[in-house]
Amino acid sequence: MQILDVLLCLILFPLIPALCLLVVRGDWGRSLIVQLSAIAIGIGSLALLVLGYDKGTLIYSIPPEPVSQVMFFIEMVLAAAILYLGIKYRKSLTSVLILVQAGMLVWFEMNLAGRIHVENNLFVDQFSIIMAMIIGIIGTLICVYAVGYMTTYHTRHQEIRDRRGIFFGILFIFLAAMFGLVFSNNLLWVFFFWEITTICSFLLIGYSGTEEATNNSFLALSMNLLGGVAFMAALIYLVISDPSGMLLDLNYLLTTGKAIALVPAVLICFAGITKAALMPFSSWLVGAMVAPTPVSALLHSSTMVKAGVYIIVRFAPVLAMTTEGLIIALVGGMTFALASFMAISQNNAKKVLAYSTIANLGLIVACAGVGTYNLMWVAILLIIFHAIAKSLLFLCVGTVENRIGSRNIEDMGGLIVRMPKIAIMMFIGMAGMFLAPFGMVISKWAAIEAFITAPFGLIFIGILAFGGSATVFFWSKWMGKIISVMRDQTVIEDTVAKEKWMVLYILTGLVVLVCLIFPLISSILIEPFVLNIYGQTARLAQANLTIMIMMLCLLMIMPFSMLLYGKNGQSPALPYMGGRPMDGPMHFAGSIGTSREIVLSNYYLEKTFGEERLFMIGASCCWGLLLIAGILLLGVVL
Amino acid sequence: MIPEPFLPVFYALVYILVAPILGGLIAGIDRKVTARMQGRVGPPILQPFYDVGKLFEKENPVVTASQNFYVLSYVVFMVVAGALFFSGGDMLLVIFAFTLSHIFIVLGAYASYSPYSHVGAERELLQIIAYEPMIILTAVGMYMVTKSFFVSTIAASTVPIILYLPGVFIGYLIVLTIKLRKSPFDISTSHHAHQEIVKGVTTDFAGPNFAKIEIAHWYEYVFLLGVIWLFFAWNPLIAVAAILVAYFLEILIDNTMSRVKWQLMLRTAWIIAGTLGIVNLGVLYYLGMVVVP
Repeated sequence: MQILDVLLCLILFPLIPALCLLVVRGDWGRSLIVQLSAIAIGIGSLALLVLGYDKGTLIYSIPPEPVSQVMFFIEMVLAAAILYLGIKYRKSLTSVLILVQAGMLVWFEMNLAGRIHVENNLFVDQFSIIMAMIIGIIGTLICVYAVGYMTTYHTRHQEIRDRRGIFFGILFIFLAAMFGLVFSNNLLWVFFFWEITTICSFLLIGYSGTEEATNNSFLALSMNLLGGVAFMAALIYLVISDPSGMLLDLNYLLTTGKAIALVPAVLICFAGITKAALMPFSSWLVGAMVAPTPVSALLHSSTMVKAGVYIIVRFAPVLAMTTEGLIIALVGGMTFALASFMAISQNNAKKVLAYSTIANLGLIVACAGVGTYNLMWVAILLIIFHAIAKSLLFLCVGTVENRIGSRNIEDMGGLIVRMPKIAIMMFIGMAGMFLAPFGMVISKWAAIEAFITAPFGLIFIGILAFGGSATVFFWSKWMGKIISVMRDQTVIEDTVAKEKWMVLYILTGLVVLVCLIFPLISSILIEPFVLNIYGQTARLAQANLTIMIMMLCLLMIMPFSMLLYGKNGQSPALPYMGGRPMDGPMHFAGSIGTSREIVLSNYYLEKTFGEERLFMIGASCCWGLLLIAGILLLGVVL
Repeated sequence: MIPEPFLPVFYALVYILVAPILGGLIAGIDRKVTARMQGRVGPPILQPFYDVGKLFEKENPVVTASQNFYVLSYVVFMVVAGALFFSGGDMLLVIFAFTLSHIFIVLGAYASYSPYSHVGAERELLQIIAYEPMIILTAVGMYMVTKSFFVSTIAASTVPIILYLPGVFIGYLIVLTIKLRKSPFDISTSHHAHQEIVKGVTTDFAGPNFAKIEIAHWYEYVFLLGVIWLFFAWNPLIAVAAILVAYFLEILIDNTMSRVKWQLMLRTAWIIAGTLGIVNLGVLYYLGMVVVP
């Protein structure tokens, strides 16, 4: 029962620091608690890896009796609280949705819950282990980083009420809920944890309490509650189909075949789409950037949106070769292409990161929706690579923002001189997102190879080809901004706190390390998992792996060529200014004796890749697709 | 002779040694033909070699020392991409390495804060996103015909690939205009003297660094023309003829068209990739005309 103990620890342990953090005041104590619990949780998830990687799927029976009642009680309390907040802030949509959801839940509890009895409530397999590693390592690293960040945040923003106790408490509850979500085999439990993550993100987004933050947090809440209603509908459908509640057993449900599982799968995937912020629901994740940066990092990399794609990837075998699955994949594909285009037109760093996240989640869902064995493999690979690189990028942007007081990419000019270490880490993070031989390109490549043999794969290859090239554009011009040496050239990064550096170093190391050892991750975790479900599995050709690793090494050696230059008396030239004399750094002689500053700005191509227009197109197409899926579903049900 | 397992390495070495010579000759012939089209005598065929030789003798002025690194990486990864291609590697990997090398030259241009080189960098990026989809679709098309992404398998195929991929071939020729920096798509930099943004991405590179960029271009020429070979790989004679005709066409287009704005370039490249490329592949897919060699 060793593994079960680890599972229970991972779910329940974060609640202890959560409670402590609610009461502990003062930076020192808070920092200590967060760091100790981060280490504990990290060790816990590593222990799970060591104990469970070769065990396949393990199912544990937990008596459902007191737990389910407690969950129902908590859900009711939370519903009442949200209803209160919804009325207080006059958010009618949220209030209506929470009423509907609570109504469904009460009805379910009164009429159906009595007869159901699910024994096998917890489980763990390789996919859960991967998710647990992401939550337990990246999630906790972000929490450690947050301690230093929030101190600076409150010194900079005196007007915002200091509620750091609640803030850190919620962070740890969030982690606990994510662990619960990936280990639950009972769909009622999954739903409970699902709702907890929704509410945690709602509270974190609204942390600053400004009008914008409040509005955006309610936007996130309403969209996720809509998903929650669909999830609840799936649960009711399952229990009505089989009153004994056997079908609520996730593992059993996935083996029953499409006839039974398709309807709930599509409903739950709809919930997944809202949570993963695909179009038409992408606006909540973009709005969530008003939150303090560690929250964004957490939402984008290891929690929340990853819960959405987790559940969709779980249901991928059911979606395979169905029209509904294809529609979900198309929603993902549309989102990938359009969100990548939209990122081109943004100069707000966090917004670029948000659109890039949305795009990658879209790609994951596109893989899962088509749902062949090799695409499942790609989807899981994408989840891993994206989590690491994106958390690093958010934390780098957060650090820069704390120093220069701006999250505008245009203000990041010359970062390589002002904050060299951060700039290099951002570079590695961005390379991880779009350059060979780093993670996301490996996945994109594998995706092309997988889609080519999949039904209707050509559509997705087209989407990947166009959307993929757009990602090259917006990342490279950001990189270019960082390295172009402009304006003041003083180093300003020495005030960054020590534990922040540690977190950033670890994440940077992970980006590179995972590229090197991903064949190992694939062979001990992903391949057995895919093999277990489909009876066959995918991998990259050995010859290609060797070449990739050689390229990676070459890329790491290249910077040393800098040592060859620089010293031996090179005359630093002035940049070409069309023949105008330069009178001072970054200034040139303008007409009639004026001195003008050189101001360079990136292309944002607002007219071609404007956010609003593309969102309208994407939202209407995706709503249309979802509507078709709904009609198809209705046809199946009736 | 050479044992089987070392053949890829051998081909890669041949490429590394021969490609710059071949590429330089192509550049020389290009200049000669262009001059004749414009009613000039033109420089000797070996002029590009004289130019590069002379550039190496000059001093190496840079705005920041990191420019040296970016240019070197540009050359190195261009060679890696080409060597991978000629050693029979995976087409997709070749394309990704190819993109990587271009990102380096773009970064090199960004690193100098001259407005000219900055605009050149932005435009170079626009060129990358304009041609990349079509190049990926080309690789996918070849896979659909030969069932392999490996250049070695594609090149050994006895199937006349061009007959299955006429649309993709035309699409490739059009993005080749972008890649060879020919009018009407030479918006980031050009081989002609009349560049409206001085010299675009290469503005702030001079002397040995500029020579390295030229050499990278030679490597690039040979790789890009090698892709044309793949379309006709079943018959080497026709393949050589096709390369000659295709390159002559590019020179002709270069000398008869005027430069367009980036919007038109992006639109043209994407619409061509979207229609000719995707429709061609769609038809192949629909007909199930997928042949195993």
